[in-house]
Amino acid sequence: MTERMDQIFVLLRQWLVGFLPEAWQAAAGVVLSVAAIVCLFPALFALTTVFERKGLARIQNRIGPNRVGPFGFFQPVADGIKSLTKEDIVPISADGVVHFLAPVVLVVAVFMGFAVLPMGRNMVLVDADAGLLFFFAVGASTELSVFMAGWSSRNKYSLLGAMRAVAQMISYEVPLLLSSVAVVMIAGSLSLTKIVEAQNHYTWGLPHWYIFTPWGLAGFLMFAIAATSETNRSPFDLPEGESELVAGYHTEYSGFKFALFFLGEYLAMFSISGLGTTLFLGGWSAPFSWLGWVPSWIWFFSKVMLSIFVFIWLRGTLPRLRQDQLMNFAWKFVLPLTLTNLMAAAAWRFLGDGWERWVVCSAVLALAYAGLGWAEMRRGHFGPRSYRYAE
Amino acid sequence: MLGEGIVKGLVETARNFAGSFVSAERLTTVQYPEERIAPIEATRDFPFLVYDGQDWEAGMRCVACQICEKECPPKCIYIVKSTDKKPDFVGKPQFYPARFDIDISVCMSCQICVEVCPFEAIKMDTEFELSTDDRFGGLLHDRERLARSNEYYHRIHPTEADEVDARLAEAKAKADAKSTAAHISAAVRGAEIPARPAGGGD
Repeated sequence: MTERMDQIFVLLRQWLVGFLPEAWQAAAGVVLSVAAIVCLFPALFALTTVFERKGLARIQNRIGPNRVGPFGFFQPVADGIKSLTKEDIVPISADGVVHFLAPVVLVVAVFMGFAVLPMGRNMVLVDADAGLLFFFAVGASTELSVFMAGWSSRNKYSLLGAMRAVAQMISYEVPLLLSSVAVVMIAGSLSLTKIVEAQNHYTWGLPHWYIFTPWGLAGFLMFAIAATSETNRSPFDLPEGESELVAGYHTEYSGFKFALFFLGEYLAMFSISGLGTTLFLGGWSAPFSWLGWVPSWIWFFSKVMLSIFVFIWLRGTLPRLRQDQLMNFAWKFVLPLTLTNLMAAAAWRFLGDGWERWVVCSAVLALAYAGLGWAEMRRGHFGPRSYRYAE
Repeated sequence: MLGEGIVKGLVETARNFAGSFVSAERLTTVQYPEERIAPIEATRDFPFLVYDGQDWEAGMRCVACQICEKECPPKCIYIVKSTDKKPDFVGKPQFYPARFDIDISVCMSCQICVEVCPFEAIKMDTEFELSTDDRFGGLLHDRERLARSNEYYHRIHPTEADEVDARLAEAKAKADAKSTAAHISAAVRGAEIPARPAGGGD
Protein backbone atom coordinates (compact mmCIF):
# COMPACT_ATOMS: atom_id res chain seq x y z
CA MET A 1 0.00 0.00 0.00
CA THR A 2 2.72 2.47 0.95
CA GLU A 3 4.57 1.37 -2.15
CA ARG A 4 1.42 2.09 -4.19
CA MET A 5 1.01 5.57 -2.70
CA ASP A 6 4.65 6.30 -3.27
CA GLN A 7 4.43 5.34 -6.92
CA ILE A 8 0.86 6.54 -7.49
CA PHE A 9 1.76 9.02 -10.22
CA VAL A 10 4.04 6.59 -11.98
CA LEU A 11 1.33 3.92 -11.90
CA LEU A 12 -1.29 6.41 -13.01
CA ARG A 13 0.81 7.33 -16.00
CA GLN A 14 1.40 3.67 -16.86
CA TRP A 15 -2.33 2.99 -16.63
CA LEU A 16 -3.24 5.95 -18.83
CA VAL A 17 -0.57 5.16 -21.38
CA GLY A 18 -1.76 1.55 -21.47
CA PHE A 19 -4.82 2.60 -23.45
CA LEU A 20 -2.65 3.65 -26.37
CA PRO A 21 -0.99 1.48 -29.04
CA GLU A 22 2.51 0.26 -28.26
CA ALA A 23 4.26 2.65 -30.63
CA TRP A 24 2.81 5.77 -29.03
CA GLN A 25 3.32 4.81 -25.43
CA ALA A 26 6.76 6.28 -24.86
CA ALA A 27 5.87 9.63 -26.40
CA ALA A 28 2.51 9.77 -24.61
CA GLY A 29 4.20 9.10 -21.30
CA VAL A 30 6.51 12.05 -21.80
CA VAL A 31 3.63 14.29 -22.86
CA LEU A 32 1.69 13.29 -19.76
CA SER A 33 4.62 14.03 -17.47
CA VAL A 34 5.21 17.38 -19.13
CA ALA A 35 1.52 18.22 -18.83
CA ALA A 36 1.61 17.33 -15.15
CA ILE A 37 4.61 19.59 -14.55
CA VAL A 38 3.13 22.42 -16.60
CA CYS A 39 -0.13 22.24 -14.64
CA LEU A 40 1.24 21.56 -11.20
CA PHE A 41 3.81 24.29 -10.84
CA PRO A 42 1.63 27.19 -12.00
CA ALA A 43 -1.00 25.93 -9.54
CA LEU A 44 1.65 25.94 -6.86
CA PHE A 45 2.60 29.43 -8.00
CA ALA A 46 -0.98 30.60 -7.56
CA LEU A 47 -1.07 29.16 -4.08
CA THR A 48 2.30 30.65 -3.22
CA THR A 49 1.27 34.17 -4.19
CA VAL A 50 -1.53 34.00 -1.63
CA PHE A 51 0.70 32.47 0.99
CA GLU A 52 3.37 35.02 0.33
CA ARG A 53 0.99 37.95 0.63
CA LYS A 54 -0.55 36.51 3.76
CA GLY A 55 2.81 35.64 5.25
CA LEU A 56 4.27 39.06 4.57
CA ALA A 57 1.14 40.61 6.02
CA ARG A 58 1.47 38.58 9.19
CA ILE A 59 5.12 39.55 9.47
CA GLN A 60 3.95 43.17 9.35
CA ASN A 61 1.07 42.50 11.75
CA ARG A 62 -1.54 42.86 9.05
CA ILE A 63 -4.19 40.38 7.96
CA GLY A 64 -3.48 40.13 4.25
CA PRO A 65 -5.87 39.32 1.43
CA ASN A 66 -9.04 37.70 2.75
CA ARG A 67 -11.79 38.94 0.46
CA VAL A 68 -11.90 36.60 -2.52
CA GLY A 69 -13.20 33.20 -1.53
CA PRO A 70 -12.62 31.51 1.81
CA PHE A 71 -9.66 33.18 3.58
CA GLY A 72 -8.77 34.90 0.33
CA PHE A 73 -7.57 31.73 -1.34
CA PHE A 74 -9.24 32.59 -4.64
CA GLN A 75 -7.22 35.78 -4.87
CA PRO A 76 -5.02 34.32 -7.65
CA VAL A 77 -8.17 33.66 -9.69
CA ALA A 78 -9.10 37.31 -9.42
CA ASP A 79 -5.52 38.31 -10.22
CA GLY A 80 -5.49 35.98 -13.21
CA ILE A 81 -8.73 37.37 -14.61
CA LYS A 82 -7.44 40.86 -14.06
CA SER A 83 -4.17 40.27 -15.86
CA LEU A 84 -5.94 38.49 -18.72
CA THR A 85 -8.41 41.30 -19.28
CA LYS A 86 -5.90 44.11 -19.00
CA GLU A 87 -4.76 45.95 -22.05
CA ASP A 88 -1.47 44.71 -23.42
CA ILE A 89 0.55 47.84 -24.03
CA VAL A 90 3.71 47.72 -26.11
CA PRO A 91 5.69 50.96 -26.26
CA ILE A 92 5.72 52.45 -29.75
CA SER A 93 9.51 52.51 -29.88
CA ALA A 94 9.90 49.03 -28.42
CA ASP A 95 11.32 46.14 -30.41
CA GLY A 96 8.05 44.27 -30.81
CA VAL A 97 9.34 40.80 -31.52
CA VAL A 98 11.90 40.70 -28.72
CA HIS A 99 9.47 42.40 -26.38
CA PHE A 100 7.00 39.62 -27.07
CA LEU A 101 9.57 36.84 -26.90
CA ALA A 102 11.19 37.81 -23.59
CA PRO A 103 8.48 36.54 -21.20
CA VAL A 104 7.96 33.43 -23.33
CA VAL A 105 11.67 32.62 -23.29
CA LEU A 106 11.76 33.13 -19.55
CA VAL A 107 8.89 30.79 -18.81
CA VAL A 108 10.10 28.16 -21.26
CA ALA A 109 13.65 28.25 -19.89
CA VAL A 110 12.43 27.99 -16.33
CA PHE A 111 10.11 25.10 -17.14
CA MET A 112 13.00 23.23 -18.76
CA GLY A 113 14.77 23.09 -15.41
CA PHE A 114 12.01 20.93 -13.96
CA ALA A 115 12.77 18.22 -16.48
CA VAL A 116 15.71 16.87 -14.53
CA LEU A 117 14.45 17.37 -10.96
CA PRO A 118 13.58 14.09 -9.24
CA MET A 119 10.30 14.91 -7.52
CA GLY A 120 9.89 11.52 -5.98
CA ARG A 121 11.14 7.98 -6.28
CA ASN A 122 11.14 7.22 -10.05
CA MET A 123 9.49 10.56 -10.64
CA VAL A 124 11.87 12.35 -12.94
CA LEU A 125 11.03 13.38 -16.47
CA VAL A 126 14.52 12.92 -17.91
CA ASP A 127 16.99 10.97 -15.84
CA ALA A 128 19.96 12.69 -17.44
CA ASP A 129 23.48 11.66 -16.51
CA ALA A 130 24.49 15.30 -16.46
CA GLY A 131 21.22 16.60 -15.03
CA LEU A 132 22.89 19.19 -12.85
CA LEU A 133 24.79 20.57 -15.80
CA PHE A 134 21.61 20.74 -17.85
CA PHE A 135 19.82 22.53 -15.03
CA PHE A 136 22.47 25.21 -14.78
CA ALA A 137 22.77 25.57 -18.54
CA VAL A 138 19.05 26.14 -18.88
CA GLY A 139 18.85 28.26 -15.75
CA ALA A 140 21.53 30.57 -17.09
CA SER A 141 19.41 31.38 -20.13
CA THR A 142 16.87 33.18 -17.97
CA GLU A 143 19.40 36.02 -17.87
CA LEU A 144 19.01 36.28 -21.60
CA SER A 145 15.28 36.75 -21.38
CA VAL A 146 15.66 39.34 -18.66
CA PHE A 147 18.05 41.27 -20.80
CA MET A 148 15.79 40.85 -23.83
CA ALA A 149 12.95 42.37 -21.82
CA GLY A 150 15.03 45.26 -20.59
CA TRP A 151 16.63 46.00 -23.92
CA SER A 152 13.56 45.71 -26.12
CA SER A 153 11.42 47.95 -23.95
CA ARG A 154 13.37 51.09 -24.85
CA ASN A 155 12.93 52.42 -21.38
CA LYS A 156 15.68 53.66 -19.12
CA TYR A 157 14.26 51.89 -16.08
CA SER A 158 13.93 48.65 -17.97
CA LEU A 159 17.45 48.87 -19.26
CA LEU A 160 18.89 49.77 -15.88
CA GLY A 161 16.99 46.89 -14.34
CA ALA A 162 18.22 44.52 -17.00
CA MET A 163 21.83 45.69 -16.56
CA ARG A 164 21.56 45.13 -12.84
CA ALA A 165 19.93 41.76 -13.39
CA VAL A 166 22.64 40.55 -15.72
CA ALA A 167 25.44 41.79 -13.48
CA GLN A 168 23.83 40.20 -10.45
CA MET A 169 22.85 36.92 -12.03
CA ILE A 170 26.23 36.35 -13.63
CA SER A 171 28.03 37.24 -10.40
CA TYR A 172 25.97 34.85 -8.35
CA GLU A 173 25.98 32.12 -10.96
CA VAL A 174 29.60 31.45 -9.93
CA PRO A 175 28.99 30.72 -6.22
CA LEU A 176 25.79 28.88 -7.14
CA LEU A 177 27.74 26.52 -9.35
CA LEU A 178 30.72 26.21 -7.04
CA SER A 179 28.58 25.42 -4.01
CA SER A 180 26.93 22.60 -5.95
CA VAL A 181 30.28 21.34 -7.20
CA ALA A 182 31.06 20.27 -3.63
CA VAL A 183 28.04 17.98 -3.75
CA VAL A 184 29.15 16.57 -7.08
CA MET A 185 32.59 15.92 -5.62
CA ILE A 186 31.18 13.90 -2.75
CA ALA A 187 28.37 12.15 -4.59
CA GLY A 188 30.58 11.46 -7.57
CA SER A 189 27.83 12.09 -10.08
CA LEU A 190 26.14 14.91 -11.97
CA SER A 191 22.93 12.94 -12.12
CA LEU A 192 20.38 14.37 -9.71
CA THR A 193 18.75 11.01 -9.09
CA LYS A 194 22.12 9.57 -8.09
CA ILE A 195 22.76 12.53 -5.79
CA VAL A 196 19.45 11.90 -4.03
CA GLU A 197 20.17 8.19 -3.74
CA ALA A 198 23.58 8.96 -2.24
CA GLN A 199 21.82 10.85 0.56
CA ASN A 200 18.99 8.39 1.00
CA HIS A 201 20.36 6.11 3.69
CA TYR A 202 20.16 6.33 7.44
CA THR A 203 22.30 5.87 10.54
CA TRP A 204 20.37 5.50 13.83
CA GLY A 205 17.27 6.66 11.98
CA LEU A 206 18.88 9.89 10.88
CA PRO A 207 19.45 10.62 7.20
CA HIS A 208 22.78 11.24 5.51
CA TRP A 209 21.68 14.49 3.94
CA TYR A 210 24.54 16.67 2.88
CA ILE A 211 23.26 19.59 4.91
CA PHE A 212 24.20 17.62 8.04
CA THR A 213 27.88 17.79 7.18
CA PRO A 214 30.05 20.86 7.73
CA TRP A 215 30.77 21.37 4.05
CA GLY A 216 27.14 20.63 3.22
CA LEU A 217 25.81 23.21 5.66
CA ALA A 218 28.22 25.85 4.39
CA GLY A 219 27.46 24.84 0.82
CA PHE A 220 23.74 25.02 1.47
CA LEU A 221 23.98 28.49 2.97
CA MET A 222 26.07 29.73 0.04
CA PHE A 223 23.69 28.02 -2.34
CA ALA A 224 20.71 29.65 -0.63
CA ILE A 225 22.30 33.09 -0.85
CA ALA A 226 23.18 32.61 -4.49
CA ALA A 227 19.74 31.17 -5.24
CA THR A 228 18.00 34.13 -3.63
CA SER A 229 20.07 36.41 -5.77
CA GLU A 230 19.62 34.29 -8.86
CA THR A 231 15.84 34.45 -8.56
CA ASN A 232 15.91 38.20 -7.87
CA ARG A 233 14.28 37.79 -4.53
CA SER A 234 14.55 40.29 -1.72
CA PRO A 235 17.08 41.30 -0.36
CA PHE A 236 18.66 40.91 -3.80
CA ASP A 237 15.73 42.29 -5.78
CA LEU A 238 17.70 45.15 -7.27
CA PRO A 239 16.74 44.37 -10.87
CA GLU A 240 13.14 45.22 -10.11
CA GLY A 241 13.61 47.44 -7.08
CA GLU A 242 10.25 49.14 -7.24
CA SER A 243 11.33 52.11 -5.15
CA GLU A 244 14.17 52.86 -7.56
CA LEU A 245 13.33 51.48 -10.99
CA VAL A 246 9.50 51.41 -11.14
CA ALA A 247 9.57 47.68 -11.85
CA GLY A 248 12.97 47.15 -13.43
CA TYR A 249 13.11 45.06 -16.57
CA HIS A 250 9.36 44.45 -16.67
CA THR A 251 8.38 48.10 -16.36
CA GLU A 252 6.94 48.14 -19.86
CA TYR A 253 5.01 44.91 -19.51
CA SER A 254 1.35 44.79 -18.76
CA GLY A 255 -1.47 42.31 -18.81
CA PHE A 256 -0.60 38.70 -19.32
CA LYS A 257 2.99 39.30 -20.37
CA PHE A 258 3.58 40.78 -16.95
CA ALA A 259 1.83 37.78 -15.42
CA LEU A 260 4.21 35.54 -17.36
CA PHE A 261 7.20 37.35 -15.87
CA PHE A 262 5.65 36.96 -12.47
CA LEU A 263 5.04 33.29 -13.14
CA GLY A 264 8.57 32.83 -14.45
CA GLU A 265 10.02 34.38 -11.34
CA TYR A 266 8.09 32.09 -9.03
CA LEU A 267 8.77 29.04 -11.16
CA ALA A 268 12.46 29.88 -10.96
CA MET A 269 12.05 30.00 -7.21
CA PHE A 270 10.44 26.56 -7.21
CA SER A 271 13.04 25.04 -9.47
CA ILE A 272 15.98 26.46 -7.56
CA SER A 273 14.37 25.34 -4.29
CA GLY A 274 13.88 21.94 -5.86
CA LEU A 275 17.53 21.84 -6.83
CA GLY A 276 18.64 22.94 -3.35
CA THR A 277 16.42 20.26 -1.88
CA THR A 278 17.87 17.67 -4.20
CA LEU A 279 21.47 18.65 -3.59
CA PHE A 280 21.51 19.30 0.15
CA LEU A 281 18.23 18.29 1.75
CA GLY A 282 18.08 14.75 0.49
CA GLY A 283 15.55 15.35 -2.29
CA TRP A 284 12.56 13.09 -1.83
CA SER A 285 13.99 11.11 1.08
CA ALA A 286 12.27 11.15 4.46
CA PRO A 287 13.88 13.08 7.34
CA PHE A 288 13.71 10.04 9.65
CA SER A 289 13.90 6.43 8.67
CA TRP A 290 10.64 5.61 10.51
CA LEU A 291 8.84 8.14 8.31
CA GLY A 292 9.73 6.13 5.21
CA TRP A 293 6.10 5.13 4.69
CA VAL A 294 5.12 8.68 3.69
CA PRO A 295 5.20 8.98 -0.12
CA SER A 296 8.45 10.38 -1.42
CA TRP A 297 6.82 13.12 -3.48
CA ILE A 298 5.23 14.53 -0.32
CA TRP A 299 8.70 14.97 1.15
CA PHE A 300 10.02 16.65 -1.95
CA PHE A 301 7.19 19.15 -2.11
CA SER A 302 7.22 19.81 1.64
CA LYS A 303 10.89 20.62 1.42
CA VAL A 304 10.33 22.90 -1.55
CA MET A 305 7.49 24.70 0.20
CA LEU A 306 9.62 25.04 3.30
CA SER A 307 12.32 26.69 1.19
CA ILE A 308 9.68 28.98 -0.29
CA PHE A 309 8.61 29.92 3.22
CA VAL A 310 12.20 30.82 4.04
CA PHE A 311 12.31 32.96 0.88
CA ILE A 312 9.19 34.78 2.07
CA TRP A 313 10.56 35.12 5.57
CA LEU A 314 13.76 36.66 4.24
CA ARG A 315 11.75 39.01 2.05
CA GLY A 316 9.79 40.13 5.07
CA THR A 317 12.94 40.74 7.06
CA LEU A 318 15.73 42.18 4.97
CA PRO A 319 15.95 45.52 3.18
CA ARG A 320 17.33 45.70 -0.34
CA LEU A 321 21.08 45.81 -0.83
CA ARG A 322 22.89 48.49 -2.78
CA GLN A 323 24.53 47.47 -6.04
CA ASP A 324 28.08 47.77 -4.70
CA GLN A 325 27.16 45.88 -1.55
CA LEU A 326 25.68 43.15 -3.71
CA MET A 327 28.82 42.85 -5.80
CA ASN A 328 31.14 43.03 -2.80
CA PHE A 329 29.16 40.32 -1.13
CA ALA A 330 29.31 38.04 -4.15
CA TRP A 331 32.95 38.38 -5.06
CA LYS A 332 34.59 39.11 -1.72
CA PHE A 333 32.61 36.91 0.59
CA VAL A 334 30.46 34.24 -1.03
CA LEU A 335 32.96 33.27 -3.71
CA PRO A 336 35.98 32.84 -1.36
CA LEU A 337 33.81 30.88 1.01
CA THR A 338 32.58 28.54 -1.70
CA LEU A 339 36.18 28.00 -2.79
CA THR A 340 37.11 27.21 0.80
CA ASN A 341 34.12 24.92 0.88
CA LEU A 342 35.46 23.03 -2.11
CA MET A 343 38.68 22.46 -0.18
CA ALA A 344 36.70 21.37 2.84
CA ALA A 345 34.68 18.94 0.73
CA ALA A 346 37.89 17.53 -0.71
CA ALA A 347 39.30 17.11 2.79
CA TRP A 348 36.06 15.42 3.83
CA ARG A 349 36.39 13.01 0.97
CA PHE A 350 39.97 12.02 1.76
CA LEU A 351 40.08 12.12 5.59
CA GLY A 352 38.28 8.84 6.00
CA ASP A 353 35.25 8.04 8.11
CA GLY A 354 36.53 9.10 11.54
CA TRP A 355 35.76 12.13 13.64
CA GLU A 356 38.83 13.99 12.29
CA ARG A 357 37.09 15.11 9.14
CA TRP A 358 34.26 16.65 11.16
CA VAL A 359 36.72 18.69 13.22
CA VAL A 360 38.93 19.69 10.31
CA CYS A 361 36.10 20.69 7.97
CA SER A 362 34.14 22.55 10.66
CA ALA A 363 37.23 24.39 11.85
CA VAL A 364 38.31 25.41 8.35
CA LEU A 365 34.86 26.67 7.42
CA ALA A 366 34.17 28.42 10.72
CA LEU A 367 37.56 30.12 10.57
CA ALA A 368 37.01 31.18 6.99
CA TYR A 369 33.57 32.55 7.81
CA ALA A 370 34.68 34.40 10.91
CA GLY A 371 37.88 35.66 9.32
CA LEU A 372 36.29 36.86 6.11
CA GLY A 373 33.41 38.42 8.00
CA TRP A 374 35.73 40.16 10.41
CA ALA A 375 37.95 41.48 7.61
CA GLU A 376 35.04 42.70 5.53
CA MET A 377 33.29 44.30 8.47
CA ARG A 378 36.47 46.06 9.46
CA ARG A 379 36.82 47.44 5.98
CA GLY A 380 33.26 48.63 6.20
CA HIS A 381 31.94 46.53 3.35
CA PHE A 382 29.41 44.81 5.58
CA GLY A 383 27.85 45.57 8.89
CA PRO A 384 25.71 48.39 10.17
CA ARG A 385 25.36 51.21 7.70
CA SER A 386 27.20 54.40 8.59
CA TYR A 387 25.74 57.72 7.57
CA ARG A 388 28.08 60.49 6.67
CA TYR A 389 25.64 63.37 6.85
CA ALA A 390 22.50 62.14 8.50
CA GLU A 391 23.88 61.56 11.98
CA MET B 1 30.07 38.62 14.15
CA LEU B 2 28.84 38.75 10.62
CA GLY B 3 25.23 37.70 10.20
CA GLU B 4 24.18 38.56 13.73
CA GLY B 5 21.87 41.33 12.59
CA ILE B 6 20.20 39.09 10.05
CA VAL B 7 19.46 36.48 12.69
CA LYS B 8 18.09 39.14 15.02
CA GLY B 9 15.88 40.47 12.25
CA LEU B 10 14.64 37.00 11.38
CA VAL B 11 13.75 36.37 15.01
CA GLU B 12 11.87 39.65 15.16
CA THR B 13 9.82 38.95 12.04
CA ALA B 14 9.16 35.40 13.19
CA ARG B 15 7.87 36.80 16.46
CA ASN B 16 5.58 39.12 14.55
CA PHE B 17 4.41 36.31 12.32
CA ALA B 18 3.55 33.99 15.19
CA GLY B 19 2.32 36.78 17.44
CA SER B 20 -0.18 38.08 14.93
CA PHE B 21 -2.02 34.75 15.17
CA VAL B 22 -2.25 34.69 18.95
CA SER B 23 -2.45 38.26 20.16
CA ALA B 24 -5.34 40.37 18.94
CA GLU B 25 -3.74 43.66 19.85
CA ARG B 26 -0.98 43.13 17.32
CA LEU B 27 -3.51 43.15 14.50
CA THR B 28 -4.63 46.74 14.28
CA THR B 29 -6.48 46.29 11.00
CA VAL B 30 -10.12 47.34 11.01
CA GLN B 31 -11.89 45.40 8.26
CA TYR B 32 -13.85 48.36 7.05
CA PRO B 33 -17.18 47.50 5.49
CA GLU B 34 -17.99 45.00 8.22
CA GLU B 35 -16.17 46.62 11.08
CA ARG B 36 -16.19 50.31 11.69
CA ILE B 37 -14.67 52.53 14.27
CA ALA B 38 -16.56 55.64 15.29
CA PRO B 39 -14.98 58.76 13.82
CA ILE B 40 -13.29 61.02 16.32
CA GLU B 41 -15.14 64.21 17.09
CA ALA B 42 -12.78 66.45 15.18
CA THR B 43 -13.32 64.50 11.96
CA ARG B 44 -14.26 66.63 9.00
CA ASP B 45 -14.48 66.19 5.28
CA PHE B 46 -17.00 68.24 3.32
CA PRO B 47 -19.28 71.12 4.35
CA PHE B 48 -23.01 70.86 4.90
CA LEU B 49 -25.75 73.42 5.55
CA VAL B 50 -27.43 73.44 8.94
CA TYR B 51 -31.18 73.93 9.25
CA ASP B 52 -33.34 74.30 12.36
CA GLY B 53 -36.66 72.57 12.84
CA GLN B 54 -38.19 69.97 10.56
CA ASP B 55 -38.39 71.67 7.18
CA TRP B 56 -34.99 72.07 5.62
CA GLU B 57 -36.09 74.80 3.26
CA ALA B 58 -37.78 76.94 5.91
CA GLY B 59 -35.20 76.36 8.64
CA MET B 60 -32.04 76.85 6.63
CA ARG B 61 -29.72 79.21 8.47
CA CYS B 62 -27.90 80.37 5.36
CA VAL B 63 -28.78 83.91 4.33
CA ALA B 64 -26.88 83.78 1.03
CA CYS B 65 -24.39 86.42 2.12
CA GLN B 66 -21.89 84.72 -0.22
CA ILE B 67 -18.91 85.26 2.08
CA CYS B 68 -18.02 81.57 1.90
CA GLU B 69 -18.32 81.62 -1.87
CA LYS B 70 -15.80 84.47 -2.03
CA GLU B 71 -13.46 83.00 0.56
CA CYS B 72 -13.42 79.47 -0.76
CA PRO B 73 -9.83 78.88 -1.98
CA PRO B 74 -10.63 76.33 -4.69
CA LYS B 75 -13.91 78.11 -5.55
CA CYS B 76 -16.12 75.09 -5.17
CA ILE B 77 -19.15 76.93 -3.80
CA TYR B 78 -21.81 78.41 -6.08
CA ILE B 79 -24.62 80.50 -4.56
CA VAL B 80 -27.61 82.21 -6.15
CA LYS B 81 -29.28 84.69 -3.84
CA SER B 82 -33.05 84.59 -3.61
CA THR B 83 -35.18 87.53 -4.70
CA ASP B 84 -37.61 87.28 -1.78
CA LYS B 85 -36.91 86.99 1.93
CA LYS B 86 -37.85 84.58 4.65
CA PRO B 87 -37.63 85.05 8.41
CA ASP B 88 -34.48 83.74 10.10
CA PHE B 89 -34.23 82.21 13.56
CA VAL B 90 -34.88 85.48 15.35
CA GLY B 91 -37.75 86.27 13.05
CA LYS B 92 -35.93 88.83 10.95
CA PRO B 93 -36.57 88.65 7.17
CA GLN B 94 -33.43 87.51 5.33
CA PHE B 95 -32.45 86.39 1.87
CA TYR B 96 -31.93 82.71 1.43
CA PRO B 97 -29.93 80.74 -1.16
CA ALA B 98 -32.04 79.89 -4.19
CA ARG B 99 -29.13 77.71 -5.22
CA PHE B 100 -26.26 76.51 -3.09
CA ASP B 101 -23.97 74.03 -4.81
CA ILE B 102 -20.71 72.56 -3.53
CA ASP B 103 -18.57 70.58 -5.90
CA ILE B 104 -16.98 68.05 -3.56
CA SER B 105 -14.62 66.92 -6.27
CA VAL B 106 -13.06 70.38 -5.98
CA CYS B 107 -13.49 70.98 -2.26
CA MET B 108 -10.28 70.59 -0.31
CA SER B 109 -11.90 70.31 3.13
CA CYS B 110 -10.07 73.37 4.44
CA GLN B 111 -13.01 74.52 6.58
CA ILE B 112 -12.48 78.19 5.67
CA CYS B 113 -16.18 78.50 4.72
CA VAL B 114 -17.03 77.39 8.25
CA GLU B 115 -14.58 79.86 9.78
CA VAL B 116 -15.97 82.83 7.89
CA CYS B 117 -19.69 82.10 8.14
CA PRO B 118 -21.25 84.66 10.51
CA PHE B 119 -24.55 82.76 10.67
CA GLU B 120 -23.33 79.33 11.85
CA ALA B 121 -24.98 78.04 8.71
CA ILE B 122 -22.24 75.93 7.16
CA LYS B 123 -20.44 73.21 9.11
CA MET B 124 -18.19 70.27 8.32
CA ASP B 125 -19.69 66.84 7.80
CA THR B 126 -18.19 63.47 8.68
CA GLU B 127 -19.96 61.51 5.96
CA PHE B 128 -17.27 59.90 3.82
CA GLU B 129 -19.05 57.24 1.77
CA LEU B 130 -19.70 59.59 -1.10
CA SER B 131 -18.36 57.62 -4.02
CA THR B 132 -20.53 57.66 -7.10
CA ASP B 133 -20.40 56.47 -10.67
CA ASP B 134 -21.56 59.87 -11.87
CA ARG B 135 -18.36 61.78 -12.05
CA PHE B 136 -19.80 65.28 -12.45
CA GLY B 137 -23.42 65.44 -11.27
CA GLY B 138 -22.90 62.93 -8.52
CA LEU B 139 -20.18 64.99 -6.92
CA LEU B 140 -21.98 68.32 -7.29
CA HIS B 141 -24.10 68.51 -4.16
CA ASP B 142 -27.07 70.89 -4.27
CA ARG B 143 -28.65 72.59 -1.27
CA GLU B 144 -31.15 69.80 -0.65
CA ARG B 145 -28.33 67.27 -0.52
CA LEU B 146 -26.27 69.58 1.64
CA ALA B 147 -29.02 70.37 4.14
CA ARG B 148 -28.63 68.62 7.49
CA SER B 149 -30.65 69.20 10.63
CA ASN B 150 -29.20 70.76 13.75
CA GLU B 151 -29.85 67.43 15.48
CA TYR B 152 -27.55 65.74 13.00
CA TYR B 153 -24.94 68.38 13.73
CA HIS B 154 -25.29 67.63 17.43
CA ARG B 155 -24.82 63.98 16.72
CA ILE B 156 -21.58 64.30 14.78
CA HIS B 157 -19.92 67.21 16.61
CA PRO B 158 -21.64 67.42 20.03
CA THR B 159 -19.26 69.83 21.75
CA GLU B 160 -19.02 72.20 18.87
CA ALA B 161 -22.78 72.14 18.27
CA ASP B 162 -23.48 72.97 21.92
CA GLU B 163 -21.22 76.00 21.68
CA VAL B 164 -22.97 77.11 18.51
CA ASP B 165 -26.38 76.66 20.07
CA ALA B 166 -25.35 78.68 23.12
CA ARG B 167 -24.11 81.48 20.90
CA LEU B 168 -27.28 81.50 18.85
CA ALA B 169 -29.46 81.46 21.97
CA GLU B 170 -27.52 84.41 23.33
CA ALA B 171 -27.98 86.33 20.10
CA LYS B 172 -31.67 85.51 20.06
CA ALA B 173 -32.09 86.59 23.68
CA LYS B 174 -30.35 89.85 22.91
CA ALA B 175 -32.54 90.44 19.90
CA ASP B 176 -35.70 89.59 21.85
CA ALA B 177 -34.69 91.90 24.67
CA LYS B 178 -34.10 94.71 22.26
CA SER B 179 -37.35 94.25 20.42
CA THR B 180 -39.45 94.06 23.56
CA ALA B 181 -37.70 96.98 25.27
CA ALA B 182 -37.78 99.64 22.62
CA HIS B 183 -39.41 98.44 19.39
CA ILE B 184 -36.38 99.37 17.41
CA SER B 185 -37.10 99.96 13.78
CA ALA B 186 -36.62 97.22 11.24
CA ALA B 187 -33.89 99.20 9.53
CA VAL B 188 -31.73 99.19 12.64
CA ARG B 189 -32.37 95.54 13.20
CA GLY B 190 -31.46 94.77 9.65
CA ALA B 191 -27.95 96.08 10.24
CA GLU B 192 -27.48 93.83 13.18
CA ILE B 193 -26.26 90.34 12.72
CA PRO B 194 -25.75 87.79 15.44
CA ALA B 195 -22.28 88.58 16.61
CA ARG B 196 -19.79 85.84 17.20
CA PRO B 197 -17.94 86.15 20.47
CA ALA B 198 -14.20 86.64 20.23
CA GLY B 199 -12.22 83.44 19.93
CA GLY B 200 -15.27 81.47 18.92
CA GLY B 201 -13.43 79.50 16.32
CA ASP B 202 -14.22 75.89 15.61
